[in-house]
Amino acid sequence: MYETNYHRPASVQEAVKLIGGAAEGKYLAGGMTLIATMKQRLAAPSDLVDLRHIAEMKGITVNGRSVRIGAATTHREVASSAELGAVCPAICALASHIGDPHVRNMGTIGGSIANNDPAADYPAAMLALDATIVTNSREIAAADFFTGLFETALDDGEIITAITFDAPAKAAYQKFPNPASRYAMAGVFVVRRDNGDVRVAVTGAGSSGVFRHQGMEAALAGNWSPDAVGNVSVDASDLLADLHASAAYRANLIKVMTKRAVAAA
Amino acid sequence: MAKITMTVNGRQVSGTCDDRTLLVHFIRENLGLTGTHVGCETSQCGACVIHMDGLSVKSCSILAVQAAGSSITTIEGLAKDGELHPVQAAFKAHHGLQCGFCTPGMVMTAVDMIARHGSNLDEATVRAELEGNICRCTGYHNIVKAILAAAAEMGGVRQAAE
Ligand SMILES: Cc1cc2nc3c(=O)[nH]c(=O)nc-3n(C[C@H](O)[C@H](O)[C@H](O)COP(=O)(O)OP(=O)(O)OC[C@H]3O[C@@H](n4cnc5c(N)ncnc54)[C@H](O)[C@@H]3O)c2cc1C
Repeated sequence: MYETNYHRPASVQEAVKLIGGAAEGKYLAGGMTLIATMKQRLAAPSDLVDLRHIAEMKGITVNGRSVRIGAATTHREVASSAELGAVCPAICALASHIGDPHVRNMGTIGGSIANNDPAADYPAAMLALDATIVTNSREIAAADFFTGLFETALDDGEIITAITFDAPAKAAYQKFPNPASRYAMAGVFVVRRDNGDVRVAVTGAGSSGVFRHQGMEAALAGNWSPDAVGNVSVDASDLLADLHASAAYRANLIKVMTKRAVAAA
Repeated sequence: MAKITMTVNGRQVSGTCDDRTLLVHFIRENLGLTGTHVGCETSQCGACVIHMDGLSVKSCSILAVQAAGSSITTIEGLAKDGELHPVQAAFKAHHGLQCGFCTPGMVMTAVDMIARHGSNLDEATVRAELEGNICRCTGYHNIVKAILAAAAEMGGVRQAAE
């Protein structure tokens, strides 16, 4: 790891100011991705601005069906929130299967979303829940936020402070984890709203990251049942292929995970 | 360079290190507490697991400066007055180790796991919770047995105390 300078702000405002004054600063949340990247010398920030001690970025608020999760809230806190579990247990279950207990104690929802790993779990939830990504300067719809592999709509120095969404009538997430890394080889988050709107968001499989599957959505809007998925075709040409799974295998996994998610919702 | 202070195994300690120094190196090299091991150093194996403010974390993936001001427990902090912690005693009784390299991380993980699940722990939960700890000798069988035995014993102690 190259040398770096560590800072610990107590407010979002102070954090933004520190990044603005740094040659090449980076925010440090749980560090579960960034520290590993720095060890490999794939990142060499001149300054690290720690977000773990900013009270306004932490915690979960549930108001009726409306949910706000502070960006520095850990996976463990999301997984174990009784308040959140009462309105949207699917997101708690998702968080409870990220990595391992130690990773969940440090890693944060904001860090996961800002990183936008094509195999990360949260991006699928954000897209399917039509979540809003709240930053220090604006609100970004999830649909506009995830722009490509490890790419987001965030500007330099922009900081995610929270995510918000309305809890849907039904939701579930199913992932087929890589047996070694436990990252998704295909993960599907399904949502059904009271008005009949359906969202199916897929992670781990798309060659440009998380995406919605319109064919699945249309089939499930007509008939909300695992059987409805059977005849939907999944085009493998835009899917990832690597030593873990071919594109065709991932295409099939998407169908299986969607069926399981609908059955679980 | 940073001058940092934290509480380690109940004692306040200070030291100077680079901002880039990993917590595990600070613990081993500055504090001389070598029970916490460096295995993979890529956050996969869990040999470096310690508790920070009561939560199990991988000390190879945290900077020492991030831990400044926190309260840390390492494997050296578990035994009290020369008596092994019940989890340590169970690993001994059930032969939950062979070479012993992963053991400090396994024990710290088990203590955290039992604190959260109490005596409700079952085998499937223990195996799932060991996701972040790798043992290349035992095949995990006796580790799981030791954790279940410790959970039962500690749950029993808690009940007796109530
Ligand atoms: C062993 C292991 C297993 C894992 N398994 C999974 C898994 O199964 N599924 C999964 O989804 N993930 C997995 N992860 C990744 C984990 O979820 C990370 O916690 C997450 O990707 C990054 O979150 P973090 O808080 O640690 O962010 P950091 O590593 O601190 O930061 C990541 C990036 O986001 C930026 N950033 C952080 N917070 C903000 C913010 N609020 N605003 C703007 N930018 C910000 C940082 O500058 C950095 O570029 C795993 C990680 C490990 C080590």
